[in-house]
Amino acid sequence: MAGIWVYAEHRDGTIRKVTFEILGEAKKLAEQKGEELCAVLVGADVEGMASKLGAYGAERVYCVEAESLSGYTTGGFTKALSDLVQQEKPSILLLGATANGKDLSARVAGRLKVGLATDCTGIAVDDAGTLQARRPMFAGKVYAEVSFSDVTPQMASIRPNVLLALEPDETRKPEVIKITPDVKPEDIRIAVKDIMKTGGEKPDLTEAEIIVSGGRGMKGPENYHILEELADVLSGVVGASRAAVDAGWRPQSDQVGQSGKVVTPNLYIAAGISGSIQHLAGMGTSKVIVAINKDPEAPIFKKADYGVVDDLFKVVPPLTEQVKKLKAE
Amino acid sequence: MEIIVCLKQVPDTEAEIRPTPDNTEINYEGIKFVMNVYDEYAVEEALQIKERVGEGTVTIVTLGPERAVESIRTALAMGADKAVHLDDPAFGGGDAYSTAKALAKAIEGMSYDIIFCGKQAIDDDLAQGGNILGEFLNLPSITGIVKFDLSEDKKKATVQRQIEGGIEVLEVSLPAVFTATKGLNEPRYPSLPGIMKAKKKELKPIKLADLGLSEEEVGKKGAQIQVLKFSLPPVRQAGTIVGGDTPEEKAENLAKLLREEAKVI
Ligand SMILES: Cc1cc2nc3c(=O)[nH]c(=O)nc-3n(C[C@H](O)[C@H](O)[C@H](O)COP(=O)(O)OP(=O)(O)OC[C@H]3O[C@@H](n4cnc5c(N)ncnc54)[C@H](O)[C@@H]3O)c2cc1C
Ligand SMILES: Nc1ncnc2c1ncn2[C@@H]1O[C@H](COP(=O)(O)O)[C@@H](O)[C@H]1O
Repeated sequence: MAGIWVYAEHRDGTIRKVTFEILGEAKKLAEQKGEELCAVLVGADVEGMASKLGAYGAERVYCVEAESLSGYTTGGFTKALSDLVQQEKPSILLLGATANGKDLSARVAGRLKVGLATDCTGIAVDDAGTLQARRPMFAGKVYAEVSFSDVTPQMASIRPNVLLALEPDETRKPEVIKITPDVKPEDIRIAVKDIMKTGGEKPDLTEAEIIVSGGRGMKGPENYHILEELADVLSGVVGASRAAVDAGWRPQSDQVGQSGKVVTPNLYIAAGISGSIQHLAGMGTSKVIVAINKDPEAPIFKKADYGVVDDLFKVVPPLTEQVKKLKAE
Repeated sequence: MEIIVCLKQVPDTEAEIRPTPDNTEINYEGIKFVMNVYDEYAVEEALQIKERVGEGTVTIVTLGPERAVESIRTALAMGADKAVHLDDPAFGGGDAYSTAKALAKAIEGMSYDIIFCGKQAIDDDLAQGGNILGEFLNLPSITGIVKFDLSEDKKKATVQRQIEGGIEVLEVSLPAVFTATKGLNEPRYPSLPGIMKAKKKELKPIKLADLGLSEEEVGKKGAQIQVLKFSLPPVRQAGTIVGGDTPEEKAENLAKLLREEAKVI
């Protein structure tokens, strides 16, 4: 019965933002193809989240619920999602390009023997209704327009913070369909022993709208509090260059760049970061880039919308004060 | 311990990547090729496990053109024991799916306790290989690991997997597939004696006919996705250098610009 499906990733009872972003864009595709826009929730207790998906555009929500799916496992979620896809036969299946979204999509694509485009920044359908995806390759040095074989579903994972969600409309009520999946222990095969939280309540770098990053120019871990303070007044999060991570000043999860995270915030502030090709690979598509660096020749200035040539230790604290002042006005 | 490492050769991260004039392919002329960055972590982890256990074999499996032999030799020089090289024009131009198909077929007949891949190949950036391989070999797979511990009886592994906002601790019975990411270890450099020894290590070429797969199943023909067209990203122009006589003044002007002009704060 075809349909365009969006896998709704959730964590701690909250749907991840990228899901709404995908729904917003997928709605256009569904209209163009004349198909229904559906969302799929997989977990132990997910029905409560269905109405929110409706508000963001899903006409139908599948709730795939089982106790064994209370936490994400590759095997369990792959079985639950692939079985439902094989039964309902959507034409397109979209997921967020998060750690779990990439993990799940690859395993599902392997099981269903279908094509998957990873980390896409744009999606469309051609006149024949075939999915077309735009995705960066070679760390963003080139973009590729990707097409799919006619085996369905055609699958794509979408980079967070790139597509636009619709304004939620609480009056839109989705049809909710409950599914009891057939997931056995031998489908799961992996035991989750522990989940160690590192990020606290702050959004992940990949979902943050404002990022304040510090590099080798920060001189040491004890100085990052000036970036934390700036990030706090901006409601942003702190990132780092590889040099800062490899020096042990910041955790690996803070690293922005080719061998760290690819981020697309509205505002990226780079303090004491030179702007190596590998760092730029991770933040070059930020909407606005600010560089604070005392070396006027630093390559980062070639990519920055606003550059401040000065000592970051003299610029960042008054910047924090100025932002505070502006926000209070 | 029998450990397999899937290794891809890719352009160096510093390489300038440009499409051919008709935008249908990448112009690889003059580009320096290296071992995929994430596969370095995979090779290193395999070597460390073998060293800790005190016995075993680390086998490199690479699909790629003739030049890929250089990266295979690097892995052998780091300490891997032997390699197989899937080298046939039919394998070219594939996606993660058709590549994993050929890799799985080659690995099927080998013995293994652990299969390591990289988290992603830094050319196609697909991040799918490990999981599709796991699927084809009917093995559990865990992506993006930053720590690997083998159990006393060597039958299980406890690993840490990086996700947004946290680290998962997962236990799995072997054999299984793992994809390596930065944070797992510090890859070693090949030593001079290592480089000498590598020249004598076994490197077995594999052709399409050896796999018992048809031409339609591998490479470009067997791929499920296909690049229609490449393009270069829009060039980012250098913007405004914020003026001011003192750092404080610059900070004030920057805050104003971000508020009034860029409208991002
Ligand atoms: C395979 C590979 C993958 C990589 N992946 C990544 C990645 O994911 N992310 C990443 O970031 N890098 C990555 N790198 C490393 C990259 O090449 C650079 O080495 C790294 O980005 C440099 O970090 P940096 O800019 O903080 O340090 P530097 O290049 O040393 O720059 C420090 C800057 O701080 C400025 N500075 C110093 N003091 C002050 C001050 N008081 N006030 C203002 N400015 C000051 C200096 O002028 C300088 O420009 C990778 C490299 C390789 C080979
Ligand atoms: N041609 C190849 N030869 C050997 N291993 C590969 C090849 N392509 C991909 N892989 C493995 O799969 C991982 C992920 O690749 P990809 O899915 O292409 O991003 C790589 O890090 C390798 O370990």
